[in-house]
Amino acid sequence: MIDFGFTISPSSRINLDCIDRKSFAALAKLEPDVLKCMACGSCTASCTAGTFVPTSLRQAILMLRRGQQAQALRLLEGCMLCGKCTMVCPRGINTRNLILSVQKVYSQDDAQKEGKR
Amino acid sequence: MKKNILVIGGGPAGLEAASNLRRLGHNVILIEKEKQLGGHLAKWDRLFPDGVSAKQTLDALKSKMVGVNCFMETQIQSLNVLDRSYNAILSNGITVLADAVLLASGFDLFKARKKEEYGYGIYEGVITNADLEEAFRLGRLPEKKPQAIGFVHCVGSRDEKAGNPACSKVCCATAVKQACEIKEVYPDADVYCFYMDLRMFGRHYEDLYLKAQKQYDIRFIRGRVSEVAETADGRLQVKAEDTLSSRPLRVTLDLLVLMAGMRPSEDGRKIGKELNLTTEEDGFFSSADNLLDIQKSKLPGVFYAGACTGPKTLPDTLHEARSAALEIDRYLTSDQRQ
Repeated sequence: MIDFGFTISPSSRINLDCIDRKSFAALAKLEPDVLKCMACGSCTASCTAGTFVPTSLRQAILMLRRGQQAQALRLLEGCMLCGKCTMVCPRGINTRNLILSVQKVYSQDDAQKEGKR
Repeated sequence: MKKNILVIGGGPAGLEAASNLRRLGHNVILIEKEKQLGGHLAKWDRLFPDGVSAKQTLDALKSKMVGVNCFMETQIQSLNVLDRSYNAILSNGITVLADAVLLASGFDLFKARKKEEYGYGIYEGVITNADLEEAFRLGRLPEKKPQAIGFVHCVGSRDEKAGNPACSKVCCATAVKQACEIKEVYPDADVYCFYMDLRMFGRHYEDLYLKAQKQYDIRFIRGRVSEVAETADGRLQVKAEDTLSSRPLRVTLDLLVLMAGMRPSEDGRKIGKELNLTTEEDGFFSSADNLLDIQKSKLPGVFYAGACTGPKTLPDTLHEARSAALEIDRYLTSDQRQ
């Protein structure tokens, strides 16, 4: 490879044509309520962990839908399963259970694979 | 003596007002520019939020029209203010001396071609909400199964540059309804809705949204489509910002449905000019009072019903038609005319 003295940054564009939806479909099967999220942000606003480390279930769900597993899982790493988000969710999603299901479906291996890319 | 009332427009507003005025004992003449009654309702297949048949709804409105004089394919040639009445010369040569006039001229759909960046009239896969309803109604959906379908909310609505800063009120619910319907036809397709914010204000509308998410797996993307281009193999490449993740987004679709909004009826505006009726900045007629007297114009004896005073849902329109009928009846039977 010739060194031109510069590199090209990867595109930040989300390409919905190239998303592997299998894992999200598996999650939706296990936890159908994930489809009900309307991105209001109540969960993120009330998150106790989020005050200290970037934690957002709202954003994590969106990222899983967009095929960005590694980042999504990182946003849930700080979760202490306190359950405040379950209390505030207006759609009645069992968010604690959802977070556990996310961990179950998206195995750590997949996350590492995605992270190395 | 029976009073003559001229109802202009045979859509839901005109029909409902005419049949009510007739039942109140007045002599009602209704004119409609098209061959059939029903306006936009006659061109629709099913109605939100419950998916009721548009034809059945229209038939129910028409069944109450006994005794109303309907002139089809008829327009206003001229309309003059007399001392206490209105003199209308119709395009069929008939002259009507009306004691009251009801304008139910409705709306025109925004011409989607004006938003050139969406490619309506350029790419085959780009259609409008009305085109899709017609396809549903006549059973003429594309035979080749689309893999991915998109709905663009706010086409010609909330768009100052397109000449309409206002919300058209019905497109959100229509888009979500149509998204569910098309998913029913093509269950394997990916269906996307591109919205700015979902205005599901009516009874059962929010249920429709929830059903679209949970039962039909419609994917809602918050962001307005910026441009559409054709790919080498004739599909549609759509660009938008996914504003929830603050990143640009691209997706290839086979069918893109544009939710064209409501604009004031061109023919209605011409009639308004005959009477020197004023319009507001949005082009829809100005009422005597936007809270208390939406059905009244500033001219005694001239009334409004339905979308000629702004975008309305079907139930809104029907309520207004009934209250306009009541107002006209009061006007004709009281001393208000003196």
